[in-house]
Amino acid sequence: MRIEYFQLIDRIVDIDVGGGTIRTEAAVPQESTIFEGHFPGHPLMPGVLLIESMAQTAGWLIIGVNKFAKMPFLAAVKDAKLRSFVTPGTVLSLNAKLLHEGSGYAVTKAAAVANGKAVCDAEITFRVLAFPDPSMRTAMEEWATRLAFPIQALADG
Amino acid sequence: MSSTFDTVANIIAETCDIPRDSIKPESHAIEDLGIDSLDFLDIAFAIDKAFGIKLPLEQWTQEVNDGKATTEQYFVLQNLCTRIDGLVAAKGA
Repeated sequence: MRIEYFQLIDRIVDIDVGGGTIRTEAAVPQESTIFEGHFPGHPLMPGVLLIESMAQTAGWLIIGVNKFAKMPFLAAVKDAKLRSFVTPGTVLSLNAKLLHEGSGYAVTKAAAVANGKAVCDAEITFRVLAFPDPSMRTAMEEWATRLAFPIQALADG
Repeated sequence: MSSTFDTVANIIAETCDIPRDSIKPESHAIEDLGIDSLDFLDIAFAIDKAFGIKLPLEQWTQEVNDGKATTEQYFVLQNLCTRIDGLVAAKGA
């Protein structure tokens, strides 16, 4: 997790674009300036970043479904539940499934667990738009490679 | 049993916090009621659930974007209700 770059997912564990599901992994860093303020003497992963982790997981799924032709932008978060505290060093297992895709929007259900315990879940909606600039698509493809995203499998599929 | 319009108007009122009595059959969801595409997505899901249908939002959006249809054809509520009735009838056929 490169928390300072807002890149909250470490690895795509599994993606099924046909079935509309994805699993990812993300390790919360042991140290970050964020934990100095949130909270002094009691470091916790902020809930908004847990939601962002779920959004990034769902976002990679939508990118995969669209074969890197379109980019999802966060539009709505519903029924977000933060069920347990997440401390530095925790390894999160995240998943998302596609509920709707079309008419410029994608709706997903995402969740995270850690050590077998439910951490958070939410329904997350995205606007799905063309990449505003070709360089952004290139950057996303490079980022995807770092996450072990099976780009070649999409091309073959 | 309530009419299609009553069901749709109640969904809109609840989803978008719009006074029920301001929602008329001739209301344009976007231009008169100020509903944006994000809220309309929620309305569409609620309509799908209430009527057991699937509104072809992607097709409608494409037709409007391509100039093959006007927004009035889909977003004036009496027109929307006619399309819902058609989808319900097609489901039962």
